[in-house]
Amino acid sequence: MSEIPLSHILFVSTALFFIGMYGMFTRRNMITMLMSIELMLNSVNINFIAFNKYLFPGNLDGLFFTIFIITIAAAEAAVAIAIIINLYRNHKSIDVEEADALKH
Amino acid sequence: MSLSAIIFYLISALILGAGLMAVTTTKIFRSAIYLLASLVGIAGLYFWMEVEFIAAVQIVVYVGGIVVLIIFSVFLTQQAGQQMPATPRNRTLWSVLATIFGFALTWNLVSAYGFKALDVEFDDNVERIGTKMLESGSGGFALPFEAVSILLLAAMIGCIVIAMKSTSEQK
Repeated sequence: MSEIPLSHILFVSTALFFIGMYGMFTRRNMITMLMSIELMLNSVNINFIAFNKYLFPGNLDGLFFTIFIITIAAAEAAVAIAIIINLYRNHKSIDVEEADALKH
Repeated sequence: MSLSAIIFYLISALILGAGLMAVTTTKIFRSAIYLLASLVGIAGLYFWMEVEFIAAVQIVVYVGGIVVLIIFSVFLTQQAGQQMPATPRNRTLWSVLATIFGFALTWNLVSAYGFKALDVEFDDNVERIGTKMLESGSGGFALPFEAVSILLLAAMIGCIVIAMKSTSEQK
């Protein structure tokens, strides 16, 4: 593992973050936008673990941040999906362009 | 190039390829399956970094929990084989430009800084993680642990309240 520089791991996480961002920009379906958010959160987790392991091996702070991010992402996904299902029940659509009941 | 390096590049290719397919494919169910592959690849990356506990948590929570939840919500809200409407070309163009410039800027900063890895053994056995998590003194994570447990309870109750069918309207 020593022959892989840390920047290659950071390349993977940066690229994954911007892939998630591209999904966020182009998608208009709420479930796929949620998937993009999951990708972005995962890229941040990779960064935390890589920095913790290779730059601050004596601490465990990055690892704990990752654990808490995973927990909060799970809670966030559950709440988001509850909202999506409720919206689908009322509007028969989960497209963000059509969810304009609060506009005016 | 050693075996470890080859495995790293294969895992990275899996993560990025599956992630890219997850945000570009037009069928929503395939998108969920590509997301699954990408998350499994990230768990593999954690295994490669020898952070086994986080890899196990990643598989249990993301692959076993969130993706299954997403697939269920896909089944509840649309036909699985249905094509999503194509993105307007204008929006695709500007999104690609924005993400490429953002990536170039970030990667420029990261590679110019040139992080130097320390050659120290990383001790992450589960006993140390557990002791640290429930330690209330300085450097312990007891308070965030309790805050997250309250957050999970609130999210659980909130989900039930939001997704519950209101029976009074139907009468």
